Amino acid sequence: MNKKKLLWIVALILITGMVSTVFCQTLTQIKQRGKLLVGTEPTFPPFEFVDEKNQVVGFDIDIANELAKRLGVKLEIVSLPFDSLIPALLQGKIDLIIAGMTITEERAKVVDFSKAYFEANQAIVVRKDGKFEPKKFEELVGKKVAVQLGTTGDLVVSDINGINVVRFQKFTDAFLELQNGRVDAVVLDEAPAKAYVKKFPKFVISAVVDTGETYGIAVKKGNKELLNFVNQTLDIIKSAGIYNKLLQKWFE
Amino acid sequence: MEAVLELFKNFQFLLIGAWETLKLTAFSVGIGLILGTFIGMGRLSKIKLINYPCTAYVEFLRGTPLLVQISIIYFGLPQLGIQLAPYPAAITALGLNSGAYIAEIVRAGIQSIPKGQYEAARSLGLTHWQSMRYVILPQAFRNILPALGNEFITLTKDSSLASVIGVSELMRAGQFVISRTFQTFSIYFGIAFIYFVMTFVISRLVRYVERRMATA
Repeated sequence: MNKKKLLWIVALILITGMVSTVFCQTLTQIKQRGKLLVGTEPTFPPFEFVDEKNQVVGFDIDIANELAKRLGVKLEIVSLPFDSLIPALLQGKIDLIIAGMTITEERAKVVDFSKAYFEANQAIVVRKDGKFEPKKFEELVGKKVAVQLGTTGDLVVSDINGINVVRFQKFTDAFLELQNGRVDAVVLDEAPAKAYVKKFPKFVISAVVDTGETYGIAVKKGNKELLNFVNQTLDIIKSAGIYNKLLQKWFE
Repeated sequence: MEAVLELFKNFQFLLIGAWETLKLTAFSVGIGLILGTFIGMGRLSKIKLINYPCTAYVEFLRGTPLLVQISIIYFGLPQLGIQLAPYPAAITALGLNSGAYIAEIVRAGIQSIPKGQYEAARSLGLTHWQSMRYVILPQAFRNILPALGNEFITLTKDSSLASVIGVSELMRAGQFVISRTFQTFSIYFGIAFIYFVMTFVISRLVRYVERRMATA
């Protein structure tokens, strides 16, 4: 009987033993840990995606690398679905988010954003049959529109009354829905939209809407030290010409 | 055509994901089997202090969606100061969940053995645990094998839910490939094919063990 009890206890210890008590906070703690935990969703080329070597790469990842390098620590990418990134940041699973994340009021209520590091607008993508070519969001009223859950595209179309919004975890699923004719348009960020349409000429970008939106790096609310460091680093890589090189590398 | 080509070109990444799925399932099955065996026996206990918690465990874990359980363990536990990395969190959730189902299978298995067997074992001088260990459980195991096989297959497929907390198992590996190649249909088809091969092999293995035990 004691043996069985022991087995029970061992099993429980094994489960709880996997508990790590890493809480991501100050710069000192990050340095002590020796790695910067960056959350991202690597299904968003060219900002972050998994390449042919099974490595997470992209524009954002290079920026993350610059941050880690300047901190003198290793970069560890934590890959999560986009809508899980902010919860993970709030729960201390990651130090910061670099995921082509648009700075919005709603998000800024729960996280702190760095300076804008990228300007992105929203693209409306439709089938290339010329039947429906909306030039602005208002023309989507009464139509079915697919978006990626929790993205800016989701936020803008959800704000307009009368649009039937269908939300997907992956924007590629949204395009599959467009291809299958079950939705009339897909709304997403300009850069991935361009990449997708280039690969699949059966879709076309009917309009790029200037929403004046920008991407920012998110840190946990109140984490001033890390936020300042991120902002300083962004300034440095912009003035040192690294930023422009990255633009060329990933967008041309 | 390009779709098929991309599937072949990226098949290796799906296989890496499939290997992760297999590991995830194996660990979870291990935890599930240990938990399930004890909780299944606990469900039959006449001692309320054992019976009630075991029943509550089964009812709660069987009555809430696995997706919610995974999210609670990964995103909810940090509130209590417990930080699990995605992989251990997924194993914990899957193991706890399958433990509940296996508990019910084990309970039914034990009940399928005629009471006389237990009584005979006890009258031979075996203790309760000895009777369970040497008389009841081995026979019950043979009876519940098909149901266990079913559970393993379910768990293999359900492990795809771990993708929501970022575990790079087959489903998520496939999503990475899709986001790079934009070949949604062919890659999902490849994923389905690999899941099918894995569950089919498990199904055959269980059948093999069943036949071996039937003749033993």
